[in-house]
Amino acid sequence: MLQDKDRIFTNLYGRHDWRLEEAKKRGAWNSTAELMQFGPEWICEQVKASGLRGRGGAGFPTGLKWTFMPKEVKDRPHYLVVNADESEPGTCKDRDIMRHDPHLLIEGCLIASFAMRAHACYIYLRGEYIHERETLEAAIKEAYAAGLVGKNAAGSGWDFDIYVHHGAGAYICGEETALLESLEGKKGQPRLKPPFPANAGLYGCPTTVNNVESIAVAPTILRRGAGWFAGFGRPNNTGTKIFCVSGHVNSPCNIEEEMSIPLRTLIEEHCDGVRGGWDNLKAIIPGGSSVPLIPREICDDVLMDFDALRDVKSGLGTAAVIVMDQSTDIVRAIARISYFYKHESCGQCTPCREGTGWMWRVLNRMARGEAETSEIDTLLEVTTQVEGHTICALGDAAAWPIQGLIRHFRHEIEDRINDYRSRRAHVTGATVAAE
Amino acid sequence: MSDTAKLVVDGKEVEVPRDFTLLQACEAAGAEIPRFCYHERLSIAGNCRMCLVDWVGAPKPIASCAQTVGDMRPNPDGSPPAISTTSERAIKARNGVMEFLLINHPLDCPICDQGGECDLQDQAMAFGRGGSRYDENKRAVDDKYMGPLIKTVMTRCIQCTRCVRFAAEVAGVEELGLINRGEGAEITTYLEKAMSSELSGNVIDLCPVGALTSKPYAFNARPWELRKTESVDVMDALGSAIRVDSRGVAVMRILPRVNEEINEEWISDKTRFVWDGLGRQRLDQAFVRKNGSLAAVTPNEAVEAAAAALNGQPDRIAAIAGDLVSAETVLAARDLLRSLGVKSIDCRQDGAHVGLDANGDLMPRESWLFNSSIMGLDQADAIVLIGANPRVEAPVLNARIRKNWLHRDLKVAVIGEQIDLGYDYEWLGAGSDTLKALIDGGSFRQTLSDAKNPMVVIGQGALMGPEGAAVLHAASRLAESVGAFRADEADPWNGFNVLHTAAGRVGALDLGFLPTAGGRSTNEILSAAEAGDLDTVILLGADEIDTSKLGNATVIYFGSHGDAGAHRADIILPSPTYTEQAATYVNTEGRVQRAYPAVGMKGEAREEWRWLRAISGLLDHPLAYDDLAGLRAALNDANPVFKGKDFAPAMAASKPGPYGVQGGLSHHAFQSAIASFYLNNPIARASRTMAECAELAQTRTSVAAE
Repeated sequence: MLQDKDRIFTNLYGRHDWRLEEAKKRGAWNSTAELMQFGPEWICEQVKASGLRGRGGAGFPTGLKWTFMPKEVKDRPHYLVVNADESEPGTCKDRDIMRHDPHLLIEGCLIASFAMRAHACYIYLRGEYIHERETLEAAIKEAYAAGLVGKNAAGSGWDFDIYVHHGAGAYICGEETALLESLEGKKGQPRLKPPFPANAGLYGCPTTVNNVESIAVAPTILRRGAGWFAGFGRPNNTGTKIFCVSGHVNSPCNIEEEMSIPLRTLIEEHCDGVRGGWDNLKAIIPGGSSVPLIPREICDDVLMDFDALRDVKSGLGTAAVIVMDQSTDIVRAIARISYFYKHESCGQCTPCREGTGWMWRVLNRMARGEAETSEIDTLLEVTTQVEGHTICALGDAAAWPIQGLIRHFRHEIEDRINDYRSRRAHVTGATVAAE
Repeated sequence: MSDTAKLVVDGKEVEVPRDFTLLQACEAAGAEIPRFCYHERLSIAGNCRMCLVDWVGAPKPIASCAQTVGDMRPNPDGSPPAISTTSERAIKARNGVMEFLLINHPLDCPICDQGGECDLQDQAMAFGRGGSRYDENKRAVDDKYMGPLIKTVMTRCIQCTRCVRFAAEVAGVEELGLINRGEGAEITTYLEKAMSSELSGNVIDLCPVGALTSKPYAFNARPWELRKTESVDVMDALGSAIRVDSRGVAVMRILPRVNEEINEEWISDKTRFVWDGLGRQRLDQAFVRKNGSLAAVTPNEAVEAAAAALNGQPDRIAAIAGDLVSAETVLAARDLLRSLGVKSIDCRQDGAHVGLDANGDLMPRESWLFNSSIMGLDQADAIVLIGANPRVEAPVLNARIRKNWLHRDLKVAVIGEQIDLGYDYEWLGAGSDTLKALIDGGSFRQTLSDAKNPMVVIGQGALMGPEGAAVLHAASRLAESVGAFRADEADPWNGFNVLHTAAGRVGALDLGFLPTAGGRSTNEILSAAEAGDLDTVILLGADEIDTSKLGNATVIYFGSHGDAGAHRADIILPSPTYTEQAATYVNTEGRVQRAYPAVGMKGEAREEWRWLRAISGLLDHPLAYDDLAGLRAALNDANPVFKGKDFAPAMAASKPGPYGVQGGLSHHAFQSAIASFYLNNPIARASRTMAECAELAQTRTSVAAE
């Protein structure tokens, strides 16, 4: 259990003022320039040593990512792009950071930009985040007025500009290269990799794209020391993390907790437990809609971190915990998620464009029972034909929830199909005739 | 780092350049990789996912079109990375993608014009699975209007975006795009307008499925019914490589062939779609004017009438050669007229001042050639276009300039009309006074001087008109003064270029079909005819002249179509078009090429040189050749350049003197020699498709001007 003194986001619930003056009292912008005096290498080393893994979902070590940027600025400028296009269903942590602790993010932008020798940072904000944008822009204005960003930012001698760009609300624009395309004013379609953004990113220049939370925790890590941050959680899964618990719990909430906290503890301590008690739990999606669900048996003792969830064939993702109790129609729930990915597929590459629609249609029929049991295997195979064959990870994200469903709840689909057919003696095929 | 890297493909080790894509490397190793979106001449999209291969040890298959060999890491033990195109994972990936492509593709192959030459059909057979497991309804997509040339059946589209990339990259018009997303993604021209490019037809070839097909060709033929004849194009002076597909007596369609040195694999819309003009308005009988109207006569009668008309004073006889004449025609006409003592012969029906110097002597060949060669455009660093509008005069060449402009730091300047060329250029001024100023100085002159390979391109528009000879002189001086000639044996350069618009012009110039001492040029012939100073005028397919000026002269017209010349003619001798005869053409670079007959000649039509041979016999000046072999031998003797075929002449290593005639340059504004791209020769004017395109282009211009 994380103690209050170890929280990074001390105003996560907006009980205090987000403005600069109050934020400073909570520790933001404290000795930023002094930290920067240690130099970019030191910052990268500290972040590496803290074990911080990217908070956007993939969990790539943040410090390592920063070191991929060229060591010297040559003919092309460097850029930091902050991915605030928080669109993964279930996830709402960045929203609260930007609403209530925007100065931690802005300070993080300065430090991270300095660490990767960038003089400009773009924050790409999700289209629906109107209020967050207003707060963030007001906070940036404050920071400019206080000399914390701009020329000689915070007295560090580093010139730094920060821009907020408002997206138009497409899920795919949260994919880092699609985000860069969108930021450049083009249609948000993922780019081919390689080249990776650290080589050729925004406008073809070296660019690093980081999640809001990854950036916002960086100043505190430097202030309190890499060892402090690394002291939380299990090795390779260190630090504190904001969990977004939603669904069938008594008190849904965002909560900053230690990594590797047991899932059950997280839910029972912070969310007042599952609706109707732990035994009423059916399944949990532990990391945002794209990761496979886990049934109650696994939820009993699984730890909330990257490796533990990977071992149970799921993932930590964005740590958006979606709790579903026994009242849930699990097939319909996953069919709805499947529709989401079909709707948000950019249509650029074949497996995702064609496969997401196919999977959704089949699953939608299965949710009603209008299918044949043999189709379950076909569906599973189709998911593997999408997974890993696409330009970006949206194909994987569309396939995984279905794989999780079939892995753990195959019997429910079968029951439903049998039930549907037992009531309709004339139904022989998979589709409803003359519909 | 060495420039090559080793790679093991299906157990076979190959060493290929590092900038090769895996797809190229696999092909080098003999492995066939299916693909839809990948095209050698377009940017890499990597979106069809058909070319997935298995990188042994990598977590997932990779798109071989999008990864270069240089991006590959060697294995931990240092051995070269291994690619498998036959592993279970690679096969599964391809099967899967193929199944996805087919689930929403209609099964309308029997009524699809792409049938038989469809990439999707072929690759589904080779790489797909046996049947479909898709039981849902298929997607339907509204068809889009893309103009009179491109027929769309968008349900068949597999969103490979080749057409989008072609339009944006090669044609330079951002008028095609992918709208909507996911399953709803559609290719469209946004506002459902025709593409405003002269190269739009190429998207038909690029489309791997039957989504974009040829509208005029729709439902006309199946590819396996067609006889394919490899030939060259005469719609402009590039001599693009084409394949003429015919069935029976009709040309059904025209497609490009790959010729890296000329057209890569593009052709203009005129080249591609002019074929319906080959069947309309054709002259298939000989005619002689009797009592004021043309009457069909036997060939013998027509020959006799022509011989009678030519049996007079040679200084009262003249001949003008048109734009589509073959070298054979020109030689036969020249030999006959010379033997008769006729001096007034001219192949420059537009009055361009090329070929002859101030004394009326023939200038060196380099003075009328595109000396840098079309390939040379890829090396150019700075180009000044003088009175040339390559977009309409040679669209394929214009695309090549654009390619260079896109990929290198090419600087272009224009003297003449301000038109949208598809790339940025500096507009220096409208006419001859600007050229004069450019020679004297200015920033672009400096750019040309600084360039390693500068190019001066003179269009026919600048050479026409009273100052044409002076412009030619000035342009050659400009080329010389900016160092456009480099006599370096290893790396020669000749930046003086004449861009022709007529396919037959260079061949005719090479054969000296020009007025000899005391002879008249085109304009002088016309004014002499008007004044009654000429008894007989021969028109060798010359239709672009003002025929009302021919006065009372007897006009002998050789040609294929009932166009301007035929209407005025007194004797008509029908002749074949370029798809009906074995003929030699010399393109603007000076490249000698052969066209081959795809279909037979119409009715009584025969090659002009056969008519001329018959006439020469009646005039007691028989030509020295009776057959094509003899004529070709004579061609080689007449000018040795005809001995070598299919290559551009080597760039002149020596610095030639100024061409043309020194003269004053006033405010003469240059205008392109081609008023309407779609209607500039008799074949195109007979084509319904071209008429439709011309009308559309006309509307577009007037709307834009409003």
